[in-house]
This record gives sequence, C-alpha cells and structure tokens, in this order.
Amino acid sequence: MKKETDDKKYTTISIPTPLAEKIKKRIEGTGFTSLSSYVTYVLREVLSGIEEEEREEAFSKEDEEKVKERLRALGYLD
Amino acid sequence: MQKPHGGKLINRCIQKKEPIDTKGLPKIEIKKESAEDIENIANGVFSPLQGFLCNNDLNSVLKEKRLQDDTPWTIPIILDVDKQEKKQIKEGETAILTNQETGIIAKIDIEDIYTFDKKNLAEAVYGTTDINHPGVFNVYQMRDILIGGKILLIKTQPTEFDKYNLTPKETRILFKEKGWREIVAFQTRNPPHLGHEYVQKTALTFVDGIFINPIIGKKKPGDFKDEVILAAYETLIKHYYLRERAVMSILRTSMKYAGPREAIHHAIMRKNFGCTHFIIGRDHAGVGNYYGPYDAHNIFSEFPDLGIVPIFFRSFFRCKKCNGIVNEKTCPHDTKYHINFSGKKIRELLRNGKIPPEDMMRKEVAETILKFEKPFVE
Repeated sequence: MKKETDDKKYTTISIPTPLAEKIKKRIEGTGFTSLSSYVTYVLREVLSGIEEEEREEAFSKEDEEKVKERLRALGYLD
Repeated sequence: MQKPHGGKLINRCIQKKEPIDTKGLPKIEIKKESAEDIENIANGVFSPLQGFLCNNDLNSVLKEKRLQDDTPWTIPIILDVDKQEKKQIKEGETAILTNQETGIIAKIDIEDIYTFDKKNLAEAVYGTTDINHPGVFNVYQMRDILIGGKILLIKTQPTEFDKYNLTPKETRILFKEKGWREIVAFQTRNPPHLGHEYVQKTALTFVDGIFINPIIGKKKPGDFKDEVILAAYETLIKHYYLRERAVMSILRTSMKYAGPREAIHHAIMRKNFGCTHFIIGRDHAGVGNYYGPYDAHNIFSEFPDLGIVPIFFRSFFRCKKCNGIVNEKTCPHDTKYHINFSGKKIRELLRNGKIPPEDMMRKEVAETILKFEKPFVE
C-alpha cells in the first residue's frame, strides 16, 4: 500500500559467464525472452518454496474457540 | 496450514475496544461493490492488501501483474471518488466511507489521491477497450479520481446468506478441525450440472476435501439467483457428497469477467481461505469471445511463486461410445458421439419448468431449482 515515487526498479546481479551461456541455450525456443526473465522466474520459484516451508503463526486459543463455536452453530462442525 | 498470500492473513476489522470517533471527518459515498471490497480486505480475503491501491501499486499491477513488492496481484482493487468529494479530502488525512443503505462502513487513511487512464486500465486488465465488455463498461462508469490507503472496517454489511458467510480465518480453522491438509477450491456462479460434479469429484480424489465457493453478488438478468445456486449445491452435497469431504461457503464479490487475470485473482482469494489447489476450467471468468478457451490456464506459467496449485481441466462431455463422462484427453471417439453439458440448454428447460435429462443434471438438483417460483434474475 506504500506510496512510492519511482516505478519498479531493476538491479544487476553477476553470475558466472559459463552459467549464463548454459541458461541462454536452455531458454532457446521456450517462452522466456531473456536471461533476466528466466533467472527472475527461477528465483521467484525457489524463494516461494522456501517461504512455504516456514510455518504460519497459529491463531490464539481464545480466537480459535470462538470461531469453532460459530462453526458448530452453523452446522459446519459437530 | 496453507500460508496466506504475502505471508500474513490481514485483519483490518475494528476491535470492539477501539473507540469510533468519526466526528468532523469527511464522508465519501461508496458503491455496494466497493463495500464488498472493503470487507474482503478487512477479513483477509484480499491479503496482503490492507487497503485500496495507491498509484504506484496500481501501475505495477497493470504493467507487471504484481504489487510493488513483487507479490503476484492481477486485479486492481481501487476506490473512485468524484471531484466534489476530492475537494474535501487530503493525503495524510482520514475519511469515512459510507453507503446509503448501511451508513458508515469504514475509515480510510488516505495515502494517495490520483487520476487514472481508464482506457489504459481496461486494455491492461481486460485485454480490450470495447465498451460492450461488461468489465470495461464498469471501468468507464467509474468516477475520475482514485484514492489509495489502508482501511479499517467499522460495520459489516448485512447478508441474507450469513449461514454461508465464512471468513478466511474461519475456513482455516474449519479445515484444521476436519484434519484436511490439502484442499481444492471450486469457484462457481451456477447451479451444478453433472459436468461440474465430475470435475469436482475428479479433483477431490487427490486431496482431502473440497471447498465449494460460489460467488454471490451483482448478476446479469437471466443468471440464476444466488439463493437458487446455494440451494442447488446444498441438495447436491446432501445426496452425492461425503459430508466430511465437502464444505460450501460464499464469496461476496462481483465478477469482473477479466478472464486470465481474474483466474489468478480467484486463485489468490482461495489461497487466503486456506486452499492448496484451485480448479480452472475452460474460459474461466470469461465472457463472450474476448479470451481464448484456455488463456486462463496459460497465465499461471507466469507465476511460479503463486503458492496455490492450479488444477486445469478441459471441458467434460458425455460420450455415447464410452458410456461415461470424458474429455478430449480421455476419449478417442468421434464428436458425433459427444453430448455437451450445455448450460444454455439446461437453463432453457428449467425456464420452461422442465426437469433436464438425468445425464445432464441430477434430478434432485433440478427439482430444488424448480421449487423457486422465479429462479432467474430479472
């Protein structure tokens, strides 16, 4: 929601040239139009996987009991 | 448990202990659809949004299909005001959002006041500027100025379907209590025919439970009424589903008919309800011929970080040769043996008070629909 003044920014990351060449070959004929778009895709995928492994904070016991009460009243729980 | 989109389930509902002082604050009159957006922000359906989009987030959504912080987001959640209202408000100040029917709904901390290019928004979101597209039409009807900023829900809008109205927090606790780890969501805006049931049950085979989540809200004349859709699903679940494997609750939001972009949005909302999988059929959220039949499948390849697994289905039909429900991936026979589940045909029969054939719609479901004197929106 934060209001910022600039459009999305990009930065440069160095990777070994042989790896870059390997990726360029790999993306030939795929939907990826550039090395950057492929690396962005892979990093998003990897980060998302790591984040999913982190546990989400649970609801408080009191909160949970209140919700369960409503769910029982509505017939969703026995 | 499934992580909410952006990592945290948003709660922007006022706590009972907080005093509500709205005296002297400028008031902005909002539409019913914006009031629904506010509830969806407040209850976490739109997590990680905490309010209406500011200009830079909107630009990022239009250009990149992502928020400024790189979180996937495809549908602009924006609030329009008119020139008169703009004169009363300033960035950095708080305003009250009201609706004629329900009075005060929420507070907004205004972070940004800006104009927007309707044509550009229509083209980016709907892929067309054609005014005959219902989503584009709605964009052109919007007022010229947008405001962005965090909201705080003060009063919930009443609904006649309260029994079916669960928040993401409630569905998450419900799924946990049921012992479901993997949950597939099914989005719908019609009563179920056998094709729908087949899709749902095929997906359910691979997970712990199904979350049937009809969209309740603004509809076109000729559409089934909300109460009819809910009653039809109640009947289907009662007779043809295991009670411990199916849950139905409503989603109060309007259809945007934005095809592929809206498919992503629908998936994000279901992720926030705690679902791990989402069913995408043919021409999901489409209208007319504006999108290719499987555009809504293809767009998912742009989002490796969406965090919910799409389950793609091709259209199912009945094959006389196979003597069963199949699709183009499973049936080798000529199209002359195929009978499509035609929503239009089913509607026509029901409109004339007739029960559709049992190989199209369950008799109990059809009878439930016909109990309504006027099942269609007029």
